Amino acid sequence: MAYFSQQLINAITLGAIYGLIAIGYTMVYGIIGMINFAHGEVFMIGAFISLIGFMICGTLGISSAPVAILLVLLMAMAFTAVYGWTIERTAYRPLRGSFKLAPLISAIGVSILLQNYVQLAQGARPKPAGSVIEGGYTLFSADGFDVRVAWLQIVIVVVTVVLMAGFSWIIAATPLGRQQRACEQDMKMAALLGVDVDRTISLTFVMGAALAAVAGMMFMMYYGVVDFFIGFLAGIKAFTAAVLGGIGSLPGAMLGGLLIGLIEVFWAGYFTSEYKDVAVFAILVLVLIFRPTGLLGKPEIEKV
Amino acid sequence: MRDRLPALVKDAALTALVAAALGLFIVGFKTRDAGQGLFFDYQLVDLAVAVATIFFGRLGLQLASLGLKWPSFALGAALGVIGAAPLELPSTFLHWFVVIAGVLIILRTIWPWANAALATARHSQRGRAFGQRGAKWFGAILLAAAVLMPFTSFADQKTMDLAVLILTYVMLGWGLNIVVGLAGLLDLGYVAFYAVGAYSYALLSTQYGLNFWMVLPLAGMFAAAFGLVLGFPVLRLRGDYLAIVTMGFGEIIRLVLLNWVDLSNGPAGIGGIPGPTLFGAVFAETAPAGKQTFAEMVGIPFTSNQRLIYLYYIILLLALVTNFFTQRVRRLPVGRAWEALREDETACKALGINPTNTKLTAFAVGAMFAGFAGSFFAAKQRFISPESFTFIESAIILSIVVLGGMGSQIGVVLAAVLLIGLPEWFRDLGAYRMIVFGLAMVLIMVFRPRGLIAHREPSVRLHPARAGP
Repeated sequence: MAYFSQQLINAITLGAIYGLIAIGYTMVYGIIGMINFAHGEVFMIGAFISLIGFMICGTLGISSAPVAILLVLLMAMAFTAVYGWTIERTAYRPLRGSFKLAPLISAIGVSILLQNYVQLAQGARPKPAGSVIEGGYTLFSADGFDVRVAWLQIVIVVVTVVLMAGFSWIIAATPLGRQQRACEQDMKMAALLGVDVDRTISLTFVMGAALAAVAGMMFMMYYGVVDFFIGFLAGIKAFTAAVLGGIGSLPGAMLGGLLIGLIEVFWAGYFTSEYKDVAVFAILVLVLIFRPTGLLGKPEIEKV
Repeated sequence: MRDRLPALVKDAALTALVAAALGLFIVGFKTRDAGQGLFFDYQLVDLAVAVATIFFGRLGLQLASLGLKWPSFALGAALGVIGAAPLELPSTFLHWFVVIAGVLIILRTIWPWANAALATARHSQRGRAFGQRGAKWFGAILLAAAVLMPFTSFADQKTMDLAVLILTYVMLGWGLNIVVGLAGLLDLGYVAFYAVGAYSYALLSTQYGLNFWMVLPLAGMFAAAFGLVLGFPVLRLRGDYLAIVTMGFGEIIRLVLLNWVDLSNGPAGIGGIPGPTLFGAVFAETAPAGKQTFAEMVGIPFTSNQRLIYLYYIILLLALVTNFFTQRVRRLPVGRAWEALREDETACKALGINPTNTKLTAFAVGAMFAGFAGSFFAAKQRFISPESFTFIESAIILSIVVLGGMGSQIGVVLAAVLLIGLPEWFRDLGAYRMIVFGLAMVLIMVFRPRGLIAHREPSVRLHPARAGP
């Protein structure tokens, strides 16, 4: 029971990170129907920027952890958002209206480009990041086993929940969110009614990248190490999460992220950790076969 | 001109600002692991030079696109000279960066002239005739060149190695072209079937002593069987889901190979795989007991190039078989059904074509060719490990198909030479190689989204183009 509870806590933390990345996939897919393959790399860039941000905070002598975290969070979100914007502007926008595979190929190119850019600029070796928040709270002890929640895990879950609530609110209740939903339903009609489609799509990418930056920062703090390759696996898993929840659906992405976190942690905890990624992919395949629209997705009617 | 200048400068400044924001952390602060934690190597000067170059580069490109030839030409030349000048910039990369910016501006400036000249040439009487005849003969000339290549003086070890590598990718490209180009199924896990073929040969030859030519059909069959098993449940899905499932499957195969140590020897890989033989003769300096070497059999002195030439002809043959198969199958009902499915699945269903079965054949056939290529790869390398079958490999094969122009056979050859050949030649570029690779993928998609050779003509038309409806 104690072991189970501990795994559950770890799984929720990991699921929160995957959920944040998955939102970026699902929003972009919802609005322009493309798989933003470079999103995993944006997450990786976010992780690097926050690592460097914390080091700059250290150099400047900001010792209070909450201040540093808030500063780095805003900085990473802002600067990673520039990446999201630039990628959309240069690699995807010229391809809108091209044939269906073109944006996907372009995205694979961006992904390779960004990975190697970071490898070149920052070196290939994994970067150890010191821990920012230490310690935790022992919930209870059972079977000679302490069930602990690290403060960091609480921070991760709280930040995730706050951000997800905030973004759900943006989508549901602001003019920007209304425009996004309008573009999602019918881009041409939205344009006719005065919605600036280009701007809306740009902002979607900016929002997705900002959330990926938060996920990157959480990942960096949680695992304490980043390298230029973390985006690939995390990206695929987050995409799996988005598909599992039903791509195009925001609550679906969060649910999917949580489920992927649970599957991965429990598989590693109770079976073998070598095959945890296989388990995730197998789930993806099974979901697509038996419920291709995902858990919360709407069925798509194919029109002639 | 005068009144446009502020707007141009503002635009260039904004571009430079975005570039500065992009590079500030990743380039400006290089982290270095010094044993006790990380330290910064400040590279802010590099960043400043790069941002300034981007400012002037953007300005020059904008001037050129407005048709202001002389100012943009002057700016491009100035950047080129500055880049080539022996200034004390922090890295040689920056010199190149500045020079490339200058060259780009100059190219952009002369582009309208060059383009107009090309268009005139293409539409003139002679140009058109040349184009038609060229297209007819180009394939034949290329084939003749490929057959004769090993006997020319270019054929040193390095070139032959590269030629074998390029041909391997040409074959993989042609195999994937059946799946992506003809049937329109986006397969991001093609390398999985390549891995199945490679491990089939590696295991059957090292464990059971089967030779290459016995395993080759088996490897194709295994890969095709994997294709069927995977394809059957997932081919009912829509295009992009299919892409992700195949990618997931590719990763699963790699992870299983990595972790199932009893079967695959895990990350250590399988070594000592015998190379292919010719009528039982091996290609080595001395033959193992009971066998003879090729040099002894033919009675010529041994050179190490013989093995490479033999490998070259094997892969050339395999690739040509793939090509021949594709060309023939396009004229059969199943090939036409693939192309019809690519164009409109709903219409196909209405006409009584079973989409799942039709896609399944395309998937399995594509997988079979990957299996052939895989067992060739194992025989060539003599050592395989899961490292050779990562996702990036699938991405490269897919980009060869797409850059070449989906469905175009000759386009695949050009793209393979471009994507595999050039980076291998420019090995010295080192880490910049893959950056250029990624950048090329994006740029070709942006400027030539239909691929180098746009070709998506259906093999049959209801009303031939000339005849009218």
